[in-house]
Amino acid sequence: MKGEYSNTELLICIAARMLENGKSVFVGTGLPMIAAMLAMRTHAPDLLLVFEAGGIGPKIPALPISVGDSRTFYRAVAASSMHDIMSLCQSGYIDYGFLGAAQIDAFGNINTTVIGDWEQPKVRLPGSGGGNDVGSLCHKTIIIMRQDKRRFVEKLDFIATAGYLNGPGGRERSGLPKSSGPYRVVTQLGVFGFDDDTKRMVLISRHPGVSVEEIKANSCFEIMVPERVEVSEPPTVEERSILREIDPKGIVISK
Amino acid sequence: MRVLYRGEGELIGWHDPDEHREWVLKNKSKELKDKRMSAREAVSKFIHDGDFLAIGGFGHVRVPMILVYEIIRQRKRNLTLEASPGVHDSDLLIGSGCVSKVEAAYCFGHELRGLSPASRRTVESGRCKVVAENSNAGFQWRFLAAMMGIPFIPARVLLGTETLKRSSAIVVECPFSGKPITLLPACYPDVALIHVSRCDIYGNAQIDGILIQDLELSRASRRLIISTEEIVDEERIRSEPWRTVIPYFLVDAVVEAPYGSHPCQMPFQYYFDEEHIGEWLTLSRTDEGIEEYLNKYIYGVEDFSEYLQLIGGEEKLQYLREVEALKRSADFPWARRSKK
Repeated sequence: MKGEYSNTELLICIAARMLENGKSVFVGTGLPMIAAMLAMRTHAPDLLLVFEAGGIGPKIPALPISVGDSRTFYRAVAASSMHDIMSLCQSGYIDYGFLGAAQIDAFGNINTTVIGDWEQPKVRLPGSGGGNDVGSLCHKTIIIMRQDKRRFVEKLDFIATAGYLNGPGGRERSGLPKSSGPYRVVTQLGVFGFDDDTKRMVLISRHPGVSVEEIKANSCFEIMVPERVEVSEPPTVEERSILREIDPKGIVISK
Repeated sequence: MRVLYRGEGELIGWHDPDEHREWVLKNKSKELKDKRMSAREAVSKFIHDGDFLAIGGFGHVRVPMILVYEIIRQRKRNLTLEASPGVHDSDLLIGSGCVSKVEAAYCFGHELRGLSPASRRTVESGRCKVVAENSNAGFQWRFLAAMMGIPFIPARVLLGTETLKRSSAIVVECPFSGKPITLLPACYPDVALIHVSRCDIYGNAQIDGILIQDLELSRASRRLIISTEEIVDEERIRSEPWRTVIPYFLVDAVVEAPYGSHPCQMPFQYYFDEEHIGEWLTLSRTDEGIEEYLNKYIYGVEDFSEYLQLIGGEEKLQYLREVEALKRSADFPWARRSKK
């Protein structure tokens, strides 16, 4: 705990503020869901939420457990299908994609599939799910995850979803849509973007009470640090109270 | 087309389109006949050891749990499973030893509830093998290609990743754009199981809410068993034919199954039984616990109605209906546990 808010609350609030009113976002389970709900209740009432199982533009009444939960199409503008949603992503209608990850590298490639060897996994994780689709097809991908040396790694155990692959031009050479890719990474320590020239992760802001040294010490790869690093705005009283309304039992925000 | 890359994953469920047309011609009758049967009969008639099985819904939303339980009860073995996504359905099938191979887009997890101890342990110990990776879009477009009767469909997913390396997809140079593009092979499951809101005795089925990938899957699969919350009169179907998602000639068996998705959600009808799913997630941390669960809820009961009594009967079902209708708030016992 830093001050009176938790790391999870901070992560959610910062991610929520990145979403713009009048844009669309592909929402995954957990933190992304709650961040998108918070954005809609604060600065972005006309944020269009889409869910991979088919929900389009719902008025979410309670925190969904699944991206296929009926809460993801409650009072929605459409209850559609996965083919429809994924096609919308592929044809360019979805502005933001929101992902979680078990591991990330300097180019924003992520692993959600396996820890250890793929053939004989130490820990088998769920796999791509819709993650590869989001990371391939949405215009801007935001990754929300916890940061430490096991998660910010030099080499992923498995590249489940493409970031900038091996650097500038990597996505285009692979055939991925032009001008897509990771946009921001939000962790409990700071906010990161990607350098235009090298496509490597660069620090944008550190959270209150977190030093640049701490951020660097919690990564196996070198994080670029510009001369000027902002300090993130902590969650406001209003944001925190809305979070408690969205998740009254604390199933996500108390983690 | 110049081939740029070949995925190393096992190609599951692919048939030459002409061979499939031939199969359809011989095996799929367009006769309007009453296809109602019990879960026991449907599973024993249409699901065989070694089959490639696909399940509709979304892993724990609108899933045919009545049929999943019956597969476990009949101790089917060496199934190959489509997991896109697999959540509670695949966790039980894999954890109980029915499945030896998986093509995984999403598997071994319970979304917000965390990872699935049973199926994870099974795959980490090598008792079940992931033979191909995919993404949710990638898998569903494999069904789209099958539904269209074409050998593959191009898409812009998987590119550049190890998900591609472990998939059965191929990357070629697109003859139109010149850019690399993924070709996803058509996928025809031997059997698909889909739980629907209502259908008539012939199998003409309606689904309330999102379709997920069930329109494509119902047309891609060779055999199709549907379980249904309710059997309605043919007249109801014909009075609003635009609501039919699955027409009868795709369907091989109709299993009447009120609450057939329990403990998973049925949109507009009942919510997840988090207490029951929590019991499974706790017990399935050990092999003994899995055995205890299966004995109590599957092997030890005659049929689904006996199971519904065991999980709390009418009182529990009423509660789940009220939670789904937003008249009561849900309780999440696993969330309390994870905080300890």
